[in-house]
Amino acid sequence: MPKDHGIGASPKRREDIRFLTGDGRYTDDINLAGQAYVHFLRSDVAHGRIRSIDMAAAAGMPGVVRIFTGEDFADIGGLPCGWCVTDRHGNPMQEPKHPVLAHGKVRHVGDPICAVVAETLSQARDAAEAIVVDIEELPAVIDMKKAVQDGAIKVHDDLASNLCYDWGFIEDNKAAVDEAFKAAHHVTTLELVNNRLIANPMEPRVAVGQWEKGTGDYTLYTTSQNPHVIRLLMGAFVLGIPEHKLRVVSPDVGGGFGTKIFHYAEEAFCTFAAKACRRPVKWTSSRSEAFMSDAHGRDHVSKIELAMDAEGMFTALRTDTYANMGAYLSTFAPSVPTWLHGILMAGNYKTPLIYVNVKAVFTNTVPVDAYRGAGRPEATYQLERVIDKAARETGRDPIALRRQNFITEFPYATPVAVEYDTGDYHATMDKLIEIADLAGFDARLAESKTRGKLRGLGVNCYIEACGIAPSNLVGQLGARAGLYESATVRVNATGGLVVMTGSHSHGQGHETAFPQVVADMIGIPEDMIEIVHGDTANAPMGMGTYGSRSLAVGGSAMVRATEKIIAKAKKIAAHIMEASDQDIELKDGKFTVAGTDKSLAWGDVTLAAYVPHNYPLKDLEPGLEETAFYDPNNFTYPSGAYCCEVEVDPDTGKVTIERFAAADDFGNIINPMIVDGQVHGGIAQGIGQALLEACAYDENGQLISASYMDYAMPRADDMPMFTVDHSCQTPCTHNPLGVKGCGEAGAIGSPPAVVNAVCDALQRAGKNVTHIDMPLSPARVWAAMNDATANEGAAQPAARSSGSAEGRSLGGQA
Amino acid sequence: MSKVSMRVNGRATSGEIEGRTLLVEYLRDTLSLTGTHVGCDTSQCGACVVHVDGQAIKACTMFAAEAEGAEVTTIEGMANADGSLNTIQQAFQDHHGLQCGFCTPGMVMSAAALLKDNPRPSEHEVRQYLEGNICRCTGYHNIVKAILAASGQDVSAIAAE
Ligand code: FES
Ligand code: FES
Repeated sequence: MPKDHGIGASPKRREDIRFLTGDGRYTDDINLAGQAYVHFLRSDVAHGRIRSIDMAAAAGMPGVVRIFTGEDFADIGGLPCGWCVTDRHGNPMQEPKHPVLAHGKVRHVGDPICAVVAETLSQARDAAEAIVVDIEELPAVIDMKKAVQDGAIKVHDDLASNLCYDWGFIEDNKAAVDEAFKAAHHVTTLELVNNRLIANPMEPRVAVGQWEKGTGDYTLYTTSQNPHVIRLLMGAFVLGIPEHKLRVVSPDVGGGFGTKIFHYAEEAFCTFAAKACRRPVKWTSSRSEAFMSDAHGRDHVSKIELAMDAEGMFTALRTDTYANMGAYLSTFAPSVPTWLHGILMAGNYKTPLIYVNVKAVFTNTVPVDAYRGAGRPEATYQLERVIDKAARETGRDPIALRRQNFITEFPYATPVAVEYDTGDYHATMDKLIEIADLAGFDARLAESKTRGKLRGLGVNCYIEACGIAPSNLVGQLGARAGLYESATVRVNATGGLVVMTGSHSHGQGHETAFPQVVADMIGIPEDMIEIVHGDTANAPMGMGTYGSRSLAVGGSAMVRATEKIIAKAKKIAAHIMEASDQDIELKDGKFTVAGTDKSLAWGDVTLAAYVPHNYPLKDLEPGLEETAFYDPNNFTYPSGAYCCEVEVDPDTGKVTIERFAAADDFGNIINPMIVDGQVHGGIAQGIGQALLEACAYDENGQLISASYMDYAMPRADDMPMFTVDHSCQTPCTHNPLGVKGCGEAGAIGSPPAVVNAVCDALQRAGKNVTHIDMPLSPARVWAAMNDATANEGAAQPAARSSGSAEGRSLGGQA
Repeated sequence: MSKVSMRVNGRATSGEIEGRTLLVEYLRDTLSLTGTHVGCDTSQCGACVVHVDGQAIKACTMFAAEAEGAEVTTIEGMANADGSLNTIQQAFQDHHGLQCGFCTPGMVMSAAALLKDNPRPSEHEVRQYLEGNICRCTGYHNIVKAILAASGQDVSAIAAE
């Protein structure tokens, strides 16, 4: 019997009621009395020097309140970067200034030049059209490999070059890795592109800034995954507003997927302009604006090499990556290709020697930062693709090759600086083989054949690292923030309680799942527990939600705070029942004294805490409210095995996903229904990356895929029903709930499964295709099958400038 | 500015609008019915779907003036008379057919239009019909399942929710 409440149950989500009836309160639903609207005039060229801005006509247009330019922000801080990477020579990365509004130069299509504040949005837009900006266009820096050559045009004139950093990991292992390659029995090499993506939460970003003349207090309503981080970054580094004078509120947020972590110019602008204009200022992004102003994701060009001995054991791994930073450093951009990528290169395997090199490059494109998985999908894709290729080259079964190299003993210290606490990779692989019905594949293959379709099977593993921690370690790695989480539990006199958490829910269902934990701990119904998040005015300083950290880190803080509550409540109960608090037990919402029939209800104790007539006032303060900050001592390491079955139409190259199965190990599970949903969504984004999505720039830096007409979002009929399972559970050993995190796994594990499956289908049909770069559009697949050169369109040109096209089925000119 | 009048969720409404005011702007800004969402500017995402005279319409694609005299239903008008969730809304909650909730109003309105025309759609028909509704959170699995369940079909054989 499945449980009907508490940990492990799947109660219906309480937040659904308001979302299903139109009563959600998203940021764009907030309108403040007297608010004005801002429209940003954005650069339509990728790179240029601003010669002049003529605002005379615009300033006199109806409704215009004020027009701002970069000059207005000349004395104000730039948008800060939250992570400083140290390069392989021990030097800090190059860090350019990121102005709120472009100053001197524009550096990507979409860079904001002017901000027009007007009575209505239409008036602001109309006036923006009347502004004349004279820009001296400069050649656009787009190709990452050309960008780092001597003499290349620079995105930032005041930096030494376009190279943000050249990172080696672990530099001391490099020579040993090279030696191992010399001694290898077989080396498999693969060059690949991890295609640039746009997160595209369905709710575009919104910011509403407010300033109270009477108190000097600022409020920013914004679509953020981490309001406290925005308060700190914007207050301390951009606008110079002390945190106690600044409140940041993120109400219902319509999806984030990473792109709503970062502090954006529009937030700072609306907050600044609210004071400058003496009235609230609101910005609502259009989708077209979102495409050129939301941080993009991925965009790596990599070469990976795997060395094996004669028995097929992996002996060394070497990878070289060019990672696109875009024109400026977004909040956490430098950490993604390094500490979220390099440390995952061991995957599920006991490869003893690994060396990772990453060159981060500035280009005239939108800044690139974390998108669901952030670095981990890039690592997994490289690794799981090269293993598949190695299996083919050496005539081994891809599953057997993986199994023989699996890490089987835990804890396991990898050669890339992390220690996996638990895992059972054979178990998830066994489960996958069962739920994907691998035994039935041959019959399905034969059936596809009768319809003239090519069927293929792709399998891969993944390892994830969630809840980046501990703070003192990440500080050494360059984080300019702590990565703890907080919770305050406020118990009311009548026994109900509120948990104020620093985690933020933007689709994850915290309002339902978090109470399941607290309800179990105390033994009261879930509906006596309310979750409050997303407002710096009531939640304690927290780091927010990303990196699948909410339950593992935020949930742990909540557990710690609840433990403090219970400990104090027991002392109160002990006083009232005249017993020692050591003898008090709390179960099912009732305090009992061990060995007696004395008992006291939860509500009697909470009442006593606030009406302390019979109360140990000498030893204990009244009230029942506790805060905890939880700083984990390690990452968590979810893992799993994924399987994709595709059909390829040999006439058109169109790929159809026929079956998709995922066997995940997330440790303990609080709400299986929500976990399944998270995996479904992640898989859909991964399939989207593999088959459909490409953020494309042309060589002049024009963003070609700037609307849903051009950027192929996964739709309902692109997806099959998914088979997901999380019954393999090796609980995390170092957090109180034993949970690992499930938000990103689907997006990490699925792209290689799809590409492996398509290559398998083509190979079974006798085509010698070893790799196709994502997205596997019909044109690319058809070209690969027919030895043709596809119009790669979207591919990062750096992918094509390499002399070696070994392993690539596509190449040459677009 | 000109005046427009229409019945929305059974209530007479009117307001001053510009010629270029979209129906979705009239609903959200003039009537404060913020359940209808805007997710794009190219009529692709379906977050804004409402019913106009019984037809599912993308409210970002129609001028408010074109709805003069029409009978409009939005997500705010979908619950049962006693305020409880209607069959489709309930199925979305039961089968976890929503996460962030942003696409949800449009999904529910599209699903209602589908089931009116095709009371027992196949999985394939549901997926085809949702061509104009994008969800970034759910991977569609549970949305499709919820709509099939709302149509009275047995979905117990469809894997995990
Ligand atoms: S807002 Fe109407 S279709 Fe996107
Ligand atoms: S539930 Fe978030 S977009 Fe569909």
